[in-house]
Amino acid sequence: MARGRENALRRVRGIRLVAGALALGLGLAGLAACGSDEAPAGGGDGKLKIGLAYDVGGRGDQSFNDSAARGLDKAKAETGIETRELEASPGETDSAKEDRLRQLADGGFNPIIAIGYAYATPIGKVAKDHPNVKFAIIDDYSPGTDDGPNIANLTFAEHEGSFLVGVAAALKSKTNKVGYVGGVNTPLLQKFEVGYAAGVKAAKPTATVEVKYLTQPPDMTGFNDPAKGETAATGQLDAGADVIYAAAGGSGSGAFKSIKSKGKLGIGVDSDQYNVPELADVKDVIMTSMVKKVDLAVYDFITSVKAGKPISGNKVYDLKSGGIEYATSGGKVDDIKAQLEEYKQKIISGTVQVPSKK
Amino acid sequence: MAGYLTYLKRRFSWHTLRRVGLALAAPVSALVFAAIVSVIILSVTGHSPADAAQQMADSLERPRTFANSLNNATTYYLSAVAVAIGFKMRLFNIGVDGQYRIAAMLSAALAGAAFMENLPSFLRVAMTIIVAMLVGAVWAGIAGILKVTRGVSEVISTIMLNAVATAVVAFLLNPSRLAVPIGGSNNIGTPPITEGGRVSGIPYPGSTSTVFGLSILAVAVGVGYWYLLSRTRFGFDLKATGLSESAAVASGVNVKKMVVASMVLSGAVAGLVGVPQLLGSSHTYALDFPAGLGFTGIAIALLGRNHPVGMAIAAILWGVLDQTSNSLDITGVPKEIVVIMQGVIVLSVVIAYELVRRYRLRLEQRDVGAALGTTKTPAPAEVTT
Repeated sequence: MARGRENALRRVRGIRLVAGALALGLGLAGLAACGSDEAPAGGGDGKLKIGLAYDVGGRGDQSFNDSAARGLDKAKAETGIETRELEASPGETDSAKEDRLRQLADGGFNPIIAIGYAYATPIGKVAKDHPNVKFAIIDDYSPGTDDGPNIANLTFAEHEGSFLVGVAAALKSKTNKVGYVGGVNTPLLQKFEVGYAAGVKAAKPTATVEVKYLTQPPDMTGFNDPAKGETAATGQLDAGADVIYAAAGGSGSGAFKSIKSKGKLGIGVDSDQYNVPELADVKDVIMTSMVKKVDLAVYDFITSVKAGKPISGNKVYDLKSGGIEYATSGGKVDDIKAQLEEYKQKIISGTVQVPSKK
Repeated sequence: MAGYLTYLKRRFSWHTLRRVGLALAAPVSALVFAAIVSVIILSVTGHSPADAAQQMADSLERPRTFANSLNNATTYYLSAVAVAIGFKMRLFNIGVDGQYRIAAMLSAALAGAAFMENLPSFLRVAMTIIVAMLVGAVWAGIAGILKVTRGVSEVISTIMLNAVATAVVAFLLNPSRLAVPIGGSNNIGTPPITEGGRVSGIPYPGSTSTVFGLSILAVAVGVGYWYLLSRTRFGFDLKATGLSESAAVASGVNVKKMVVASMVLSGAVAGLVGVPQLLGSSHTYALDFPAGLGFTGIAIALLGRNHPVGMAIAAILWGVLDQTSNSLDITGVPKEIVVIMQGVIVLSVVIAYELVRRYRLRLEQRDVGAALGTTKTPAPAEVTT
């Protein structure tokens, strides 16, 4: 107790007074019975120290962030690296994101990977101040992040994969009506929708697509609300749709539940959702998934830094590079695989141009 | 000299001390209680509370964190004042959130519009601020008018207006309407506000982060709030209506007019909430514009007890807690502890205020009893507030 107070007193000076007083006021420093002064960032033995800043949801969101976490885990398992994972708070400002990246950079983490477009402006600023640290951002290649030599912009051609699952949906539909459930109505999810609709039309020009977004920004709960997903899917099934593409992160499980109760088919997103343990009881309705390999992008980037040849600039993960693909687990699309492969080749060769914007 | 001393003694008597002590008792005990709860949670989950405190204190020494805390505090304070104006009238403006978002979005669209380009900087900023206030006032005014004409509870209508604001903003934030697509990004926002429409920050020594220039606006709003409440007829009517509607009516206050006026005023201040962030940092209203500030304002108004200075202290405390959470995260302490701490503060402060109020009531009654020469203490009066 006394030692703790002594420690606390030693710190009090200038602005430290404010800090110390606050800590004391909070009654925490007073309880500093056995303060162990652990250095925040250890290491220094030449091991790679990777900092990863997630978007809201973080590890465990069963979607986008989780995919990034898998890439990190894979790299970690293969080589002894030190990692630190931080997560965004809902509704926070740019300055909080910038602070997060700066803390990682100040803590000696290099490379630093930011997940999601919300880190665009912050990463542009921080990368300029830390020219020796390698940065990567997933899903963004916008002005401000596109000129830094130490920034890798890892982006995805989600519309291409969505096109293929759209083809699959149209071919599997008996009612000539398919559904699209988007998590939150953002440009990113519209990209999924546009690609999907194009695929449906290409395979079956008479088929129609029911579109429903669960929430409007800034309400991001659409990515994590299975109840909303279930309601939306039920509505579309009642309207006659018999295949639904659930591009809604964690809300997808609700959609699949509804689809299963009606004996129809669903399409997963981001991961090969047939093999996601949390979705084991609904996996028999998941006929395919639009796989967006954020894990591959994260892994690639780490490997490139390790090899001393860090990726910089825009690297597009698409059908051609294998960063985007459709899943075949469960064998439900085996009968139409030939057609899907044909479209895939056409997209890769450029004969079929998939739109990415409304 | 001796006379002056006696005067001072009388002035700062035991009663004054007691008054100040009682005023501080509630927030201080709430903070202490929240700290104790946090310590227990941290200990139970296997983290060292001392380390956590150390981390928070250390991170505050970083100029960047402190500057960012002040910026957070600026927006929180504006939000709290907006809420407090309603609270003083016993109106619960839960809609500050929707009011500031729609105001920020529309004023951002105006500030970023091409025709603004050639106007003098001062005019651009002034117009942005005025439009933000107008939009906020109109949005809150809807709830006020619904209340006086149709008897709709402002709690319900403002919550619903929040949802409507979300939908309207989402509708307008479209490339075919008020937004422009950002090349290579999955974000979308209003056209970026060019240099002349921005408000430059106040440099903070030792940091690349600046303090919002419009933090001055928050100070001005705080002073205006104090002046309005304690120095104007309107402020008196506002407080009177809040304390007792029937008494206010009896003394000639038009309550309906006051309801609409205070909602509009609350909304106008709410409209300002997003402006410092918009003109000082974001320069566009995009998908990642901070949301939820209206609810933070409610917490801060409660903690600061609607008092202009109390809310300022509470806003800074909140800003500091928020900004230090990143440092907790980086050392492996779950940063959610900050949210827990904030939640406990709000809950316990409400209880603490009520306990202190009852205690004060009993003290006053004892004083009255002593003055009247009887020691009998009447039972505490029915709680009216």
